[in-house]
Amino acid sequence: MSFFLQILISGLVVGAVYALVAFGFVLIYKSSDVINFAQGEFLLVGAYIALSLVVFYQVPFLAAVALTLSMCVILGIVVERLVLRPFIGERAISVIMATLGLSLLMRGLIQMIWGTETRTFPGIFPDTPVRMGDVVVSQVYLWSLAIAVLLLAVFTIFFKYSSTGIVMRAAADDQVAALSMGISVKRIIAIAWAIAAVVAAIGGVLLGNINGVNPSLAYIGLMVLPVVILGGLDSVPGAIVGGFTIGLLESLAGGYLDPLVGGGVKEVVPFVVLLLVLMIRPYGLFGKEIIERV
Amino acid sequence: MAPQLVIDGLTLHFGGVTALAGIYQEVNRGEILAVIGPNGAGKTSLLNCISGLYRPSGGRIVFEDREITRLPPHRRAELGIGRTFQNIELFKHMTVLENLMLGRHVRMSSGLFSGGLYWGRARREEEQHRRRIEEIIDFLEIEGIRHKAVGTLAYGLQKRVELGRALALEPQLLLLDEPMAGMNLEEKEDMARFILDVAEEWGTTMILIEHDMGVVMDISDRVTVLDFGRKLAEGTPEEIQRNPLVIKAYLGKH
Repeated sequence: MSFFLQILISGLVVGAVYALVAFGFVLIYKSSDVINFAQGEFLLVGAYIALSLVVFYQVPFLAAVALTLSMCVILGIVVERLVLRPFIGERAISVIMATLGLSLLMRGLIQMIWGTETRTFPGIFPDTPVRMGDVVVSQVYLWSLAIAVLLLAVFTIFFKYSSTGIVMRAAADDQVAALSMGISVKRIIAIAWAIAAVVAAIGGVLLGNINGVNPSLAYIGLMVLPVVILGGLDSVPGAIVGGFTIGLLESLAGGYLDPLVGGGVKEVVPFVVLLLVLMIRPYGLFGKEIIERV
Repeated sequence: MAPQLVIDGLTLHFGGVTALAGIYQEVNRGEILAVIGPNGAGKTSLLNCISGLYRPSGGRIVFEDREITRLPPHRRAELGIGRTFQNIELFKHMTVLENLMLGRHVRMSSGLFSGGLYWGRARREEEQHRRRIEEIIDFLEIEGIRHKAVGTLAYGLQKRVELGRALALEPQLLLLDEPMAGMNLEEKEDMARFILDVAEEWGTTMILIEHDMGVVMDISDRVTVLDFGRKLAEGTPEEIQRNPLVIKAYLGKH
């Protein structure tokens, strides 16, 4: 039983991070139809900036996070402006190649600056593990889960009820109509990229606290694909449900199936889900049924 | 009094195709100008140039003594140019009320985070907007469907909601692209009445594209005829009905 709970909790934590990163991915897709393959690199950049601030510049953790997030807002806006805007009106495949190129470029730059070895955050959350019944959980997991869930709630409420959120949904629904209402769609897309960079950076800081930071964390950018295909490419609730589902499935597969076959199932399961969803329900759990064939 | 809108030498090319060839048109404050012409004559292109969705290849557009030829569409909405679309462009996943509130976007001042939270200024502002929206809802007789998602509404009602959303912007100039297309006779009569009431109550200038000649002759002050991107004629409805060029190019086909 306690083994199961351990797996459950680590699955929820990973799932929450997936949900955060996927949230950003979906925002970008909804507002501009762009599939952002560089979402994982945003996560990496966030983690490394925070790490550098804390370790090299001795900035207190919370201040470092605040600074990191402001820098990521700027990064998101700059990337949209320099890389994506020239591609407005271009074919989908060109835009995909652009974000793929962006991801490779960012990864290269990151490795140039920070190297490839794993670096660890100094312990920020208390070390003492928490006992929940007969299960022992390290606090960093619980804190990460709590923070991720809180942020998901905040962003969901923002998106659903704030005037900016409503305008963003409107622009996602119908760009031409939004323009005729006096809504600057370019501004909306810039906000979407800024938010996407911020949520990815938060995911990076949370994961970095648990496992340390190294360039392979960018694999989460790829894991976002099964998450959003499952949830529905254009659905914010879908990103959240999909994130937790994939996180849990991965964790369960890693805990119960990997020992039987000698490993590897954990990595494969999300993509098996991806293929199954594409075959059975290609628009995902919450997505709009109209799917454009690219 | 100077015309509210002056279109001077407006030209629009798509690749090798000329959609508009040197259109000159004045529109006076408070009038209803109908634009007619066969399919492909450039009517919608003309509206798209005025609302900013298309960037003209040549010519100038001056709105209330200000050149707007190069302004992006959302800035023109801020100046008071509202519009509806030939193929309804509503926010389909939102309610009627939300659509109308979005129509007031340019009139809203609350910032990035205050909006939607019921505090102080934002709250007072929201109430003011709601009052205005309720006036429009009464005016268009759509009280019963306020909270319905627009995607679920009948076509005629969607057209009406789209007009309401454009009115929510409190436009000085309203561009209506086939507001009665696909409607039955009764719906058309309703829509014609709304358009005349808008002109009377708010003095809004309107440019209207419409195929139903009966409607055009009934509600418009002046008519402009386009054919293959050129202006064929302009005048009062009576003059247009008598114009031999128009009869040949357009009316004659019916």
